[in-house]
Amino acid sequence: MRVGPETKFAFRQTWPVLIGYGFLGMAFGLLLQHAGYHAGWAFLVSAVVYAGSMQFVLVGILSSGLGLPAAALMTLTINSRHFFYGLPFLKTFRAMGRRFLYMVFSLTDETYALFCQVQIPAELDRHKVMFRIALFNQIYWVGGSTLGATFGELARFNLKGIDFTMTALFTVILVEQWLSAALSARLSVLLGLACGVASLLVFGPDRFVLPALLLAVGLLVLLRPLLARMRRGGTTS
Amino acid sequence: MTAWQTLAVVAVVAGLTFVTRALPFWLFRSPDRPSAWLSDLNRLMPPAVIAILVVFCLKTVSLDAPKDSLAQLIGVALVALLHVWKRNNLLSIGVGTVVYMLLVQVVWPV
Repeated sequence: MRVGPETKFAFRQTWPVLIGYGFLGMAFGLLLQHAGYHAGWAFLVSAVVYAGSMQFVLVGILSSGLGLPAAALMTLTINSRHFFYGLPFLKTFRAMGRRFLYMVFSLTDETYALFCQVQIPAELDRHKVMFRIALFNQIYWVGGSTLGATFGELARFNLKGIDFTMTALFTVILVEQWLSAALSARLSVLLGLACGVASLLVFGPDRFVLPALLLAVGLLVLLRPLLARMRRGGTTS
Repeated sequence: MTAWQTLAVVAVVAGLTFVTRALPFWLFRSPDRPSAWLSDLNRLMPPAVIAILVVFCLKTVSLDAPKDSLAQLIGVALVALLHVWKRNNLLSIGVGTVVYMLLVQVVWPV
């Protein structure tokens, strides 16, 4: 089998997610198995839901026997942040033909963050690269989940803290946004940090993300004329 | 729960998760009328959203858990500094994660 340049490039972009999703997925699989569900369930849930934090909540819903309305409400609340992830890719995904639905389905925090940062070389097929990034990330997640539910008990070596890869990945992408040196991007970073911290202090760790996003988007809409002018006016270095 | 009840819950969670991801594509479904404010916003938003995701990763930082909080803050600061310095993903993420793991496993085990 030949490995195309798009596949190689996509893998190089996604290796931090391989580590992060691999181990987080294993943690999910193990948790689901402890709740009494075998590896087939872990595979199914990670294949069709594919939303990290929501799947951990789902284990709680299943083991406590909460009903469908509660499950529905929690899904909408926890995943409401996804609404903002599709916005930059309205045109791009639509241009991807039959891959469109999968691109929408697979737009997780990590995939979104990689898409925001990735600089695809001009000689590569852009759509192929993006599809492979999305697909690889889900393979890592489904693979980790299934392995965790199958062999989780065997992995007794101490991996505490490995999930920090995801924090590190987001931090690296944030630094990249900052180093891109557009003044408007830097202001947007600062605004996001301020809104995130303020909302965390007001609403607490379990429900701050949506208010933070709404606040940040609201402020960006208000500041848009100013920031857009800055963007067009050039970059600082 | 029976297997069918579990399947029903999984189906609802999966379906609604997809809805949250598909909503913007449904709301802004006429691409032939590009609105200037939306395209401006799409360029301005990602840095703010990524910043909120970093805060999300650090949400458990608090004075009630000083050891783990300090480990996380040291880890993030290290990743950021390394990245500004060398701009190498492997180095920043690899060293940051290993140092964080050493901090929570060896230096300040809980």
